[in-house]
Amino acid sequence: MTPRYPPEMLSVLDRPNSYIGKTVPRPNLDRLMQGRGLYVSDLELPRMAHVVFLRSPHAHARILGIEMSAARRMPGVIAIVSGSELASVITPWVGVLSHLKGLKSAPQSAIAIDRVCWQGEAVAAVVAASRAQAEDAAERVSVEYAALDAATDMLTALDPATPVIHGSLGDNLAFERNHDAGNVDQAFADADAVVEAEFVFGRHTGVTLEPRSVVADWNAGEARLTIYQGTQAPHMVQNIAALHLGLNESQVRVVCKDVGGSFGIKVHIYADEMATYALAKLLRRPIKFVADRVESFNTDIHARDHRCKGRIGVKRDGAITAFEIDDLTGIGPYSMYPRTSAIEANQVVNLVGGPYVTRNYRARARVVFQNKNVMCQYRAVGHPIACSVTESLVDLAAMKIGIDPIEIRRRNLIADDAYPCVSPSGLRFEQLSHHAALAKLVKMMEYDRLRAEQAILRAKNIHRGIGIASFIEVTNPSAAFYGVGGAKISSQDGVAVRLDAQGSVICQTSITEQGQGSESLTAQIVGSVLGVSMDRVRVVLGDTDNTPYGGGTWASRGAGIGGEAALQASKALRKNVLDVAAAILQSTPGELEIVNGRVVSVADGTPRIELSELARIVYFRPDTLPPGIQPELMATRHFVPREYPFAFTNGVQASWLEVDTDTGFVKLLKHWVVEDCGTIINPQLVDEQIRGGVVQGLGAALFEKCVYDERGQLTNANMVDYLVPMPGEMPDIDVGHVVSPTLESELGAKGAGEAGTAGAAAAVSNAVNDALMPLGVTITEIPLTPQVILTALGKI
Amino acid sequence: MDTVAVALHVNGDYVEANVLPRLNLADFLREHLQLTGTHVGCEHGVCGACTVRMNGEIVRSCLMLAAQAHRSSVETIEGMSDSGEIADLQAAFRDRNALQCGFCTPGMLIAAQDLLQQSPQPDREQIREHLSGNYCRCTGYQAIVDAIETIARQRAGRSP
Repeated sequence: MTPRYPPEMLSVLDRPNSYIGKTVPRPNLDRLMQGRGLYVSDLELPRMAHVVFLRSPHAHARILGIEMSAARRMPGVIAIVSGSELASVITPWVGVLSHLKGLKSAPQSAIAIDRVCWQGEAVAAVVAASRAQAEDAAERVSVEYAALDAATDMLTALDPATPVIHGSLGDNLAFERNHDAGNVDQAFADADAVVEAEFVFGRHTGVTLEPRSVVADWNAGEARLTIYQGTQAPHMVQNIAALHLGLNESQVRVVCKDVGGSFGIKVHIYADEMATYALAKLLRRPIKFVADRVESFNTDIHARDHRCKGRIGVKRDGAITAFEIDDLTGIGPYSMYPRTSAIEANQVVNLVGGPYVTRNYRARARVVFQNKNVMCQYRAVGHPIACSVTESLVDLAAMKIGIDPIEIRRRNLIADDAYPCVSPSGLRFEQLSHHAALAKLVKMMEYDRLRAEQAILRAKNIHRGIGIASFIEVTNPSAAFYGVGGAKISSQDGVAVRLDAQGSVICQTSITEQGQGSESLTAQIVGSVLGVSMDRVRVVLGDTDNTPYGGGTWASRGAGIGGEAALQASKALRKNVLDVAAAILQSTPGELEIVNGRVVSVADGTPRIELSELARIVYFRPDTLPPGIQPELMATRHFVPREYPFAFTNGVQASWLEVDTDTGFVKLLKHWVVEDCGTIINPQLVDEQIRGGVVQGLGAALFEKCVYDERGQLTNANMVDYLVPMPGEMPDIDVGHVVSPTLESELGAKGAGEAGTAGAAAAVSNAVNDALMPLGVTITEIPLTPQVILTALGKI
Repeated sequence: MDTVAVALHVNGDYVEANVLPRLNLADFLREHLQLTGTHVGCEHGVCGACTVRMNGEIVRSCLMLAAQAHRSSVETIEGMSDSGEIADLQAAFRDRNALQCGFCTPGMLIAAQDLLQQSPQPDREQIREHLSGNYCRCTGYQAIVDAIETIARQRAGRSP
């Protein structure tokens, strides 16, 4: 008889009733929809006290004295703690990594000691029985400051006349990287046209709807600290907290329940969070810190804030001969810990020109200190800068020689059959699909029809534009990102899968959930590989005591790395289950298979034993098993990519919009994305990651900017004045896919979380410039506010 | 500080409390009644995460004092979920993955229900307009609009 489904010939992904590639609802959404989630801000513990941080109103000042006596007499006050007092329980840190050669930073304390370096840096902690009481008491703390000159403008940060923020470092240069590949000078000399532009990117931030929140609980009786925190990387938090509090990692447990948005904001360690851990230890009780919205704007990491000069050479036939960039970014007074603030500029150097064939590429990136809030990695780190610079230069080159934006990309994108290959900056690409993606995009958006419509409307003085942006995205990072530089940030992830006594499955994974669908993709993989229905798979994540060791969810790594660990663990458990089943049934594992929660015969699908019955025998009547059998109904596997440092993905985005040249307002009409994240586990979840990512990129393109004055004061630190995308302004977004699985894993999945953000602003900028082309105006600054547009049009 | 006495119905339960005059309704619901489904996002009436229904109208609970809720009837996401009033909307949100982190979702669902009660057959633009006081940083809104549109059609199909 022919086997119905020979298991050795089919991939585990093709098994009967596989959930891979299927849209299924995420488990446990009802809890969130009924208001029964548990975010850290909801958490209350016995004897819990609340901390409020008194923060510096100055961008740069010496602390001459802090008067706390009046505040200490306020109702409910438990303690008021200065930076030097807190330093008795927590050591300072320096945010550098050894693989970013030359990166320097100064020691940073949990609470400022003697000097504050940005508006918003904490100068004292006020702990009281309630948050309101702590806020009342904080108003009675008086701090005497001597204001210092502030270095706020990154353009002048390196000038001799500008004060050096940390004298011990010698200057305000945190990091510089230079790269030179091919023969750039010759390539520009050979070009028929060279176009230059300077690009300005506004400083913006993540605005997670739930602010950063921590409850730290030091139990002196067991000498153990439990940290409840909405973090993307629990084991990283465990390591850092232990290191600086003088504890063993086994003395620190990090628990991460529901997280109200992260986007990279919650992958770092912030000084106020460190202070909260330390206060719990100092005061021997649970301490809760929930940032208010003003604090969020002043202390959540900011991102972007780059000025980048770019140059492109092009031949008359459209061949791009070279790219050159000179990028400058200001990161605040300290490099963040432990991931550092040099990664974004480093990524810009890595990624510019990445989709294209030219071998000639020169880049310089400089990262400078300034007296503003810290900057660090936020969703799509560096990609929006690199993509906007590259794609804008490509469009400018096309305009210069008079060819269509689609055509210049067709002529220069790396061919789909040219892989594997290496970019001029040294990135290794396993398999990308730029041309297939572009072809699909052109079809989806009906490019020619839109061009015709645009021409008709132009005649009526309606300015619509089409913007195209190809992109590459770093996903599935190996140790090359952080580990090689000495950071204790795991690049591998682990999954443990076990059969419980009723034949259901419990799965513990080291990736985390902040709404991306980590829990769903894990359950889909485990259910598919094991042959049980998804609703019988319970996924446990976000607890260093109860999951394998691993990196967490960031850098588009959850599905590709954690998903593969889940697949391998499930395969191992399946084998173990079939071994036991064969012993019970006096068969062989090769003759058996698991389908729909029961062991069946491979030959004809005949049910042989329910998993619940198998589990009952193993757990309660092992005496009935044949001698010598020791069942292992639990399996653990770990995974990290080893062949490629990163699994690059690619894609292309398009924007269709209308510019009102009288008001300067941009109306987004439609947005398209075609991307290639390899194997798609759940199409709906991938599409929604793309859409959410696009909208964050659209926010950067049109609205979002942290506006500082020249004294280093953040002037729009609230959600009225800092604009984020609202539903009425956002377009519908069509998403298409090309599928090139990575061969590094059996699953074949790459990441999808940041692709949307990577290219959205570039597509919008190009569309605005396309709309304004008849007016002879090119704008190379985001956000594209009405003021920026009207200024460029000479109307204000 | 002197307290004021408030008496109100919350999700149908009669509640009496003495509260500080400055206590806002969101903190009263979260900290005094442990109804933590009402979320605090921006603390000044912009983001909509704290949306609740008072005497049938949606309000920002971070912009109201608990004292102002005296003699009112307040409904939160917990109550509206238990009554089954928005079960269809919740099912559509689940099927369409119209939530990611879920922090905005209680406010989003209450605002959506308010829209559908006022205007049973809104088009996509009206849905987007009505939700303009509810921020979501995760989804990009399209899935939320899709879910609400689906239920608007479904409910319209059912009514005579």
